[in-house]
Amino acid sequence: MRSIMLVLRLLALSIGLASMPAADAAERPPMDPAPAHPELRPVLDAFGGVPGLEALMDDFMAGLLADPRTRPFFENAEQDRVKRQLVEQFCVILGGDCVYSGRDMREAHAGHVITAAHFNALVEVLQVSMNRRGIPFRAQNRLLAKLAPMHRDVVNEPPRR
Amino acid sequence: MQQAVIRMKHERTSIGARGALALALALAIGPAIANDRTGGKLLLTAGVSQIEGAAGGGLTPWAVIGGYGTEGQFGGNVFHTRVATDDYRLGVTGLAVGISDRVELSYARQRFDTRDVGAALGLGRGFKLEQDVYGAKVRLAGDAVLDQDTWLPQIALGVQHKRHRQGDIVRAVGARSANGTDVYLSATKLFLDPGLLVNGTLRHTRANQVGILGFGGDRRGSASVEFEGSVALLLHRTLAVGAEYRTKPNNLGIAREDDWWDLFVAWAPTRNVSVTLAYADIGNVVIRDDQRGWYLSVQFGF
Ligand code: HEM
Ligand code: HEM
Repeated sequence: MRSIMLVLRLLALSIGLASMPAADAAERPPMDPAPAHPELRPVLDAFGGVPGLEALMDDFMAGLLADPRTRPFFENAEQDRVKRQLVEQFCVILGGDCVYSGRDMREAHAGHVITAAHFNALVEVLQVSMNRRGIPFRAQNRLLAKLAPMHRDVVNEPPRR
Repeated sequence: MQQAVIRMKHERTSIGARGALALALALAIGPAIANDRTGGKLLLTAGVSQIEGAAGGGLTPWAVIGGYGTEGQFGGNVFHTRVATDDYRLGVTGLAVGISDRVELSYARQRFDTRDVGAALGLGRGFKLEQDVYGAKVRLAGDAVLDQDTWLPQIALGVQHKRHRQGDIVRAVGARSANGTDVYLSATKLFLDPGLLVNGTLRHTRANQVGILGFGGDRRGSASVEFEGSVALLLHRTLAVGAEYRTKPNNLGIAREDDWWDLFVAWAPTRNVSVTLAYADIGNVVIRDDQRGWYLSVQFGF
């Protein structure tokens, strides 16, 4: 009996979700590109603070340029500015005393056609860099958990809900 | 347990042929089709192959779509699984294709070696029961991995159409039918912060011992709803440990059927290969109680 109730509830839930009208990406305001999470301050320490983030971005950008899946996006970008803004962004997210001066994620990526595969490729390159910097797996995932939802603004082919 | 391991060793000669073929196939196909239409997913997030061929844990399907393909891409895998308990052997060989991270199609051939029990039942020692499982799964909603800011899981609806190859024998043990179709609903969520993956699956089924002993029985002819759950902890980018539980119907008069559980380690040394090793308890199977042993699965995917 209890299992039947559970089936019915799950079915109702899944039908509800499947039939929910996909909100037009343009209607939804862009997400906060740098939501501050003071509780993640220990993670910032695990990354080596701002100097650690700067060193991470050097390695990350080199990785993005070496990987054929991401190189086309970054070879003509203003790499130093993107690196600087990534440092600011990660620093704010991880509860650091920084200010993010860049654009929101939808606007920053609107000039490029970015798929879910590109998104995952970038995350993989970031994971490799974080490993190389000796950042603990658990700390990596606490940052990635905050970055992953940004797929809704970054991935624009096909546009996301 | 001890016994099972020793037996495995001396029978490993048979590993050669088919394992080598699957490996060669995967190595040949893998790079040839790995281009920007394939391979966009994160490591281990496509699950492994469960015993009926769907992407999931070892015993239960998950809501994820098999293969490393994302939207607009395709992915796939071939796998081979062995379960060796005290008195039985189960071998499964199969493949799955994922299309655009939306639809998964799969096929698996299960071979259940009755060994001494076959002799006791008058079928002959080492008699093998076989069935084919044709699967399809559709992702309805959500993204188990990327939607980290909501508790909403990825949800998928699947079917597994099973056709037994020895219909007369399973009918003789009391099964109503040699064919059956399971329908299941899965919800899967990865909580990246602790690194915990949780899955729940509800399955509408008449299958006796997943179908190896046919469908429906003298005790109960109609379908029931069963629950299957998995939890997995990601320890490292390439390594996960976890546990699974699968409730089962109990349709046959001649043989009580128990729930199944296992504890597993899944390892993906590269994005194309994963190995899953588990300790599994499948309970009573026909006349033998407390069937426990090792589960080993090797998967090649792209
Ligand atoms: C969670 C994922 C991502 C985050 C947090 C992120 C963050 C950023 C930030 C902070 C900037 C600078 C913003 C600004 O210019 O004001 C930027 C720019 C850029 N990003 Fe991303 N990004 C992500 C994913 C991606 C992906 C998947 C790609 C492509 C594969 C990509 C390609 C670029 C490029 C090419 C620029 C420079 C844009 C320009 O100046 O025209 N990003 N990103
Ligand atoms: C990469 C490693 C492995 C691959 C590719 C593999 C593959 C295979 C294949 C293709 C078969 C024969 C299938 C058949 O007879 O239909 C087999 C049989 C078997 N393997 Fe493995 N295997 C591997 C490792 C292992 C390990 C480490 C163990 C033990 C811990 C093991 C235990 C067994 C057992 C017990 C059998 C059954 C023999 C029988 O009763 O027919 N395998 N394996």
